[in-house]
Amino acid sequence: MRYLSVEAKTVLEKVEYVNIKKLKKSSLEKRESWIGFLFVSPMFIGVSVLTLLPIIATFFLAFADWNFIMGIQSVKWVGLDNFKVLFANEVFVKSVLNNLLFLLTVPFSMVISLIIAIVIDKHVYMKSYFKVAFFMPYISSIVAIAVVWQVLFNPTEGPINQFLFSLGVENSPKWIADPNFALISLMIIQIWASIGFNMIIYLAGLQSIPKELYEAANMDGATPLDKFKHIMLPTLSPTTFFLLITGIIATFKVFDLIAVLTKGGPINSTTMLVWHLYDSAFVNLKIGYASAIAVVLFFFVLLITLVQWVLQKKWVNY
Amino acid sequence: MEKRFSIGKLVITVIAFIISIAFLLPFVWMLSTSFKMEADVFKFPIEWIPSRWNGIENFKEVWLGQYTFALYYWNSIKITVITTIISVTVSAMAAYGFSKINFPAGKVLFIIILATYMVPQQSILVPQFILYRYLGLFDSHFGLILLGSFSVLGTFMLRQFFMSIHSDYIDAAKIDGAGHFRIFWSIAMPLVRPAIATYAILRFIWTWNDFQNPLIFLRTDELYTIQLAMQKFTSLNGEFYSLIMAAAVSAILPLIIVFIIGQKQVIEGIALGGVKG
Repeated sequence: MRYLSVEAKTVLEKVEYVNIKKLKKSSLEKRESWIGFLFVSPMFIGVSVLTLLPIIATFFLAFADWNFIMGIQSVKWVGLDNFKVLFANEVFVKSVLNNLLFLLTVPFSMVISLIIAIVIDKHVYMKSYFKVAFFMPYISSIVAIAVVWQVLFNPTEGPINQFLFSLGVENSPKWIADPNFALISLMIIQIWASIGFNMIIYLAGLQSIPKELYEAANMDGATPLDKFKHIMLPTLSPTTFFLLITGIIATFKVFDLIAVLTKGGPINSTTMLVWHLYDSAFVNLKIGYASAIAVVLFFFVLLITLVQWVLQKKWVNY
Repeated sequence: MEKRFSIGKLVITVIAFIISIAFLLPFVWMLSTSFKMEADVFKFPIEWIPSRWNGIENFKEVWLGQYTFALYYWNSIKITVITTIISVTVSAMAAYGFSKINFPAGKVLFIIILATYMVPQQSILVPQFILYRYLGLFDSHFGLILLGSFSVLGTFMLRQFFMSIHSDYIDAAKIDGAGHFRIFWSIAMPLVRPAIATYAILRFIWTWNDFQNPLIFLRTDELYTIQLAMQKFTSLNGEFYSLIMAAAVSAILPLIIVFIIGQKQVIEGIALGGVKG
């Protein structure tokens, strides 16, 4: 070191300094990593044990024949048998069809919600009262709602049929007790209960439309219908798309209404995927078969999510 | 915008008000029936205001009679409050870790956690049930609380808010020698308090209203939550609609109180995150 020039010395010192800094930095990074793990580990462990592990198990169990009462040793691998039984079972087919019919609740609820949102956004006094009123079903438990509707729909004494009778309707439907009307009854309740959520999201969408657009349209002499067609609908398209997707996914998960009101009946007229899954697994103890339904459900929801990703960019136009 | 009083707007308000009352009729009917004598429940035309009041007796019967609603109420309060506290803590910690601590594995872990959000809860019920039987968590409040404690949605929502905290705050605190736990607790958490409140209220509502998990993971009658008890009560008392409605009113009431207190947070939170229970 003694014979080195001053420049060389400073260079060497600099290298040493950088090395020390690197060492310090990497130990700092390690520390940061540990703390990071510490912060996220409760969540990660929880999700791993309660979601990741079970979803993998679902896929295994779908290829097995087993029931709760016997031990793990009694698991029998049966290949695709569960799926063969599944697709041949008319209750399953009926469940899928009912799920598809139930999709109709989504656009109905969205249209009604959009109209309500537009009206209460600009055209009424006491805006917050209306927000709360239409939002009430969302915060109420489905069980309480279902119990009330059960009585309202009562075929002989229920207020709805008494009202129809007083209007002169002689053969009013038996609603949830009638195989031809039970699903429609559930759909009516579903639409009623989902309006609040859709309306709140639409209201937020409406409030984010820039005022300048309306002012410009007014100057051009646009009619309210023009404004609706050329300003509201296009600027609301991301909201509409979002509500469509979340609405569709929600209909695939419908369970509480069926469990409280109809238990899939009468004669399987209101059975749906999740109800059929619950019935197979926890009433009939057919684990493999129920897991096959779970796999189908998983792929339905996955498919919708993928469609969402692909179409998101195309639909969002403004 | 003019602030003048307008007749047109008033007319629309009145019409909308009538529609909103029609929309709320099931609730009005529920409330009015809970105060009626059983014999008057199905009188037609409907007595919206009971001619004979029996409210005190109905609620007394439901709460203090043979149905032990007070116990189910206590169970629901306990489960809901503890779930909300744990869920908010776990989600807030994870959200802070994923947004304000820079570590390479964090990104991978976050993507894994986010991916599980696509898994419909119902498609993992069977393995969860088997796991719970195996771990001895089945038929216990603790098990039920755990099921609601790890929310991907909550983590994602709070992470958005933590990301909006300027890193200058955190760097300044670091220079002053504060560690991440100090920063998390005394700087980051107070800054995102509105978001925490929103998520806590939503989690409270969802847990209180949950029916599917208690139905599957609880068996003993004394452990029942209010939703489960309601359903049992309905099948036991199919003929006593005034009592059933008194039970329904009792089940909804706490939520209405929570909602009235946190109305702004709930509506803003839902509009912001577009979150669905």
